[in-house]
Amino acid sequence: METDGKTTKPTRRMFASQAAALAAGWVLTACGPKRLYEAPRAQLKKAIEDMERQYRERLGVNVSVSDAPPIPGVEFAYALDLSRCIGCRRCVYACVKENNQSRDPQIQWIKVLSMEKDKGIDFSAADPYYAPAEVPEEGHFYVPVQCQQCRNSPCTKVCPTGATWTEKDGIVVIDYDWCIGCRYCMAACPYGARHFNWAEPEIPKAEINPNTHYLGNRPRPKGVVEKCTFCIQRTRAGRYPACVEICPVGTRKFGNLLDKDSEIRYIIEHKRVLVLKEELNTAPRFFYFYAT
Amino acid sequence: MPLDNPAQFIRRFLGFARGSVRLILRGNRAYRLWLAALGVLIVSGALAYANQVRNGLALTAMRDQVSWGFYIGNFTFLVGVAAAAVVLVIPAYVYDWKPIREIVLYGELLAISAIMMCLMFVMVDIGRPDRFWHLIPPMGHLNFPSSVLAWDVLVLNLYFLVNFVVATHILYRAFHGRKYAKRLVIPLVLLSIPMAVGIHTVTAFLYNGLVARPYWNSSILAPQFLASAFCSGPAILLVVVQVLRRFTRFEIRDEAIWKIAELMAYAMFLNLFLHGAEAFKEFYSGGQDVLYTRYWYLGLNGHHTLVPYAWSAVGLNLLAFALFIVPAARRNWVILNIGCIATYAGVYIEKGMGLIIPGLTPDALGEIYEYYPSVTELRVAAGIFAVGFLVFTLMLKVAVPISLGEFTEKKETSDLASVAWAGH
Repeated sequence: METDGKTTKPTRRMFASQAAALAAGWVLTACGPKRLYEAPRAQLKKAIEDMERQYRERLGVNVSVSDAPPIPGVEFAYALDLSRCIGCRRCVYACVKENNQSRDPQIQWIKVLSMEKDKGIDFSAADPYYAPAEVPEEGHFYVPVQCQQCRNSPCTKVCPTGATWTEKDGIVVIDYDWCIGCRYCMAACPYGARHFNWAEPEIPKAEINPNTHYLGNRPRPKGVVEKCTFCIQRTRAGRYPACVEICPVGTRKFGNLLDKDSEIRYIIEHKRVLVLKEELNTAPRFFYFYAT
Repeated sequence: MPLDNPAQFIRRFLGFARGSVRLILRGNRAYRLWLAALGVLIVSGALAYANQVRNGLALTAMRDQVSWGFYIGNFTFLVGVAAAAVVLVIPAYVYDWKPIREIVLYGELLAISAIMMCLMFVMVDIGRPDRFWHLIPPMGHLNFPSSVLAWDVLVLNLYFLVNFVVATHILYRAFHGRKYAKRLVIPLVLLSIPMAVGIHTVTAFLYNGLVARPYWNSSILAPQFLASAFCSGPAILLVVVQVLRRFTRFEIRDEAIWKIAELMAYAMFLNLFLHGAEAFKEFYSGGQDVLYTRYWYLGLNGHHTLVPYAWSAVGLNLLAFALFIVPAARRNWVILNIGCIATYAGVYIEKGMGLIIPGLTPDALGEIYEYYPSVTELRVAAGIFAVGFLVFTLMLKVAVPISLGEFTEKKETSDLASVAWAGH
């Protein structure tokens, strides 16, 4: 900026009004409730202590809430082998347990669709409620669907309050304390990945997973939206997501997209991968592939 | 405007308020019955809503598959009503067609009540109404310009404000026996015309912009929203002016009513045409996306809860068009009113349930969940409509006598004097 060499001497009035504005701004930003997205570290720590205290009082369980930030140099991605999945739904239930999903009403972040082999991936002919005596069923294959962690995420774009966003490691997260429950993100999601707490979520006390993350599996209140976070509480601590760990046939692969030697990079570079609803240009970080 | 000192202003305002309250309390038997009926609906709606807040939106029929329903459908319909009521301003001012001018003020009052209902429908739909302030900066955060919902919040509130200022200014001035300030009213009225188109376009874009929902993701949506709004808004207004003409000294020329009915016929034609164009594209091209349109008109895999509604809407809209396009028919009062009711009902069905539900059925992963509003939803919605009608009725009760010159400051003071003198 150019200056003309003249400086105006601050008058007492100017000083007073600016100081007042600053103070008001400070009160608004520092003391008021805030989106966790923009909360400074110190405030986040305090917010998390509050969360832990509230869980202790409300649920009678010592829930620890982690505030682990994204790991530099890491962008998570997922790959699912459609030729291996047997449709056993173990991932669904492992996810429910790990991520403290409500048992009543039932919320499940993973939905496994049974599809007919002669139709290919055709959602209009998919059956999410298949219940044969034994899986896999003759003539069927299975497509598990959960949040696709899109690079071009329609859900974060439409949120009116900025309560959902993409973290630096590629995980799309929700601030359960900021979401107003308008469900615009659910209308915007092409994968049915977002779920709403239509009633107060209920989990038996003994089944609560106490190891949580503030943007992930900490218990949610009624009236807000939730979804898969790639098990942020595990993956930011160097572990696999619960669904990857439980899968009995090794269908599910997970890793760091930025690491050239990772399994996920190998799969993307050597296998025939596809993404769901490619034509919508959502650019998922969740890939499907056929290993055999 | 001669500047009042604060004491004077307060005294004059109190006079206005006192007079208004007296006007509202006075009324014949039909008026009191009407208010009582609205009161019953409001109480029932409030109780149902309290229950919904306590137990969650599980009391509605909405679920993850169909995550928006009756509430958002009503919201969409009423945005149209609010927009169209004011669009009558166009022929009144642009073509300087005097007979319609008298209606404009009532159009604005209708717009105010419709927007109020819109905001209430959004409030009852959200899961955390206690966090509504999260939308309002600086304490909250409005995701503008990324979220179309943020745009909608802005334009709806602005539109409400513009109409509120214009209507109250005109009435308050008239009460004091003065003409409204042209420098304030004319620019605001002119602004309200593009804003009326704007609120409806933005609301259409709310759905239109979602790539996940092919039924909404069609560029015909915004024009079709406007076309159907130009039918439903005037339909209500025509009935209202007939009621006013019957029960008050309010006068409106028959030509004005017939002219509006004629404009409605053109709008209805456009609406039907756009629907037809969309249906042709879906059914003839026969891609995957026809599923949603098929669900609405024909049903899908044995699910056809909504089919009777779809065809009633088509039938009612066709009927309204036929009645309004024939000059002799629309000049017959009975036929005219049948046409108004048909328009209102037809557009209400197609734009409420007919827009929202097929948009979400089948859901993103192909599942069909047949939505039908629950008793809680019906009660809450009836309550909100009752609040809207109550506000509109009370506003008319004050506005009509003012604009007829029956309720003015002068008369108020002389009335008070005579009352005092009579020893009350």
